[in-house]
Amino acid sequence: MTASIQIHHDPATQYLLRLGDTCLILGQRLGEWCGHAPVLEEDIALANIALDLVGQARALLTHAGRSGGFDEDQLAFLREERDYLNPTLVELPRGDFAFTVLRNLMVSTWLKLIWAALAESNDTELAAIAGKAIKEARYHQQHSADWLVRLGDGTAESKRRCDIALSALWRYAAELFDDDAVDAAAHATGLGPAWSSLHAQWRAEMAEVLAEATLAAPEDSVFRSTGKRGVHSEHMGRLLAEMQHLQRSFPGGAW
Amino acid sequence: MSDHQTNDLSANPSANPSADASINHEWPLWEVFVRTKAGLDHKHCGSLHAADPQLAIQLARDVYTRRQEGCSVWVVRSDQIVASDPADKAMYFDPAEDKVYRHPTFYKLPPEVDHM
Repeated sequence: MTASIQIHHDPATQYLLRLGDTCLILGQRLGEWCGHAPVLEEDIALANIALDLVGQARALLTHAGRSGGFDEDQLAFLREERDYLNPTLVELPRGDFAFTVLRNLMVSTWLKLIWAALAESNDTELAAIAGKAIKEARYHQQHSADWLVRLGDGTAESKRRCDIALSALWRYAAELFDDDAVDAAAHATGLGPAWSSLHAQWRAEMAEVLAEATLAAPEDSVFRSTGKRGVHSEHMGRLLAEMQHLQRSFPGGAW
Repeated sequence: MSDHQTNDLSANPSANPSADASINHEWPLWEVFVRTKAGLDHKHCGSLHAADPQLAIQLARDVYTRRQEGCSVWVVRSDQIVASDPADKAMYFDPAEDKVYRHPTFYKLPPEVDHM
């Protein structure tokens, strides 16, 4: 078995990894739908979205790894759980189709706003990654919004499942919009926006879709998930065990 | 998806159960046409099931353009396509076989326009 790598915890690297790990871990969860989606066309669509996200993760991890001398694969497969900095929202198990659609909408709306802001980053490589990624995020948002409207304003069964998904997922959004030292540093150096600056727009766009879907968001909760600080839920360990097992068993293995 | 009304294209499919005669539980079939980047016409490339026009376009994009096949997508409900009957093939198409005067090949174009 291969030993884990140790990464630097400077604010710039943490900022990049928070974003890159969001894409990587959500891509991993969406890949679990392969062969299990409700219809064939949606199986392909979800796999496409997962691949888009993994592509964004690759670019971000490659960029983040340079300062520590690690490549994208080492960062993706050889870190300890506490060194993954994705918000807890994306590591939750994939749930049913309503759960997946709602989570995709929450994350893609947020990613779209971040990519739009990052196109102005002082870091030219990050700005270039953002320029390409935003087109994918726009499509992901449209795809999941269209589905949420059909499910929310659909049958009694689909609406019931959407309500359950909302009450399960909504509280994990708060973590996306709380600032800390990493955000302050990114904002100060022009690397990227503080995540809290996206909150108002995110709320507005989510509210629009939820209204059309005849759904209501739950009340905000005081609960705060802590994934972006490396303190993950019980689901992360199992996800990483599955994701890392092959690389750790066959170091440097490739297709 | 089992209680969708397939021919009711409104946002709320269970609104009007008597609207269509055949209540089957499958999404309708759509034919997909894609125009490539360089080409001029949409070519038929396959079919898919979708609940309504917007979903059909989206799924066509997901299924039939993921290898950069094109830049424009048309979808048409399969039951809207009227096709010629194969049994009429002889009557419809054989008579054109020996009508060579219908082809514009007997005059020489002036060089200035001969690139057509």
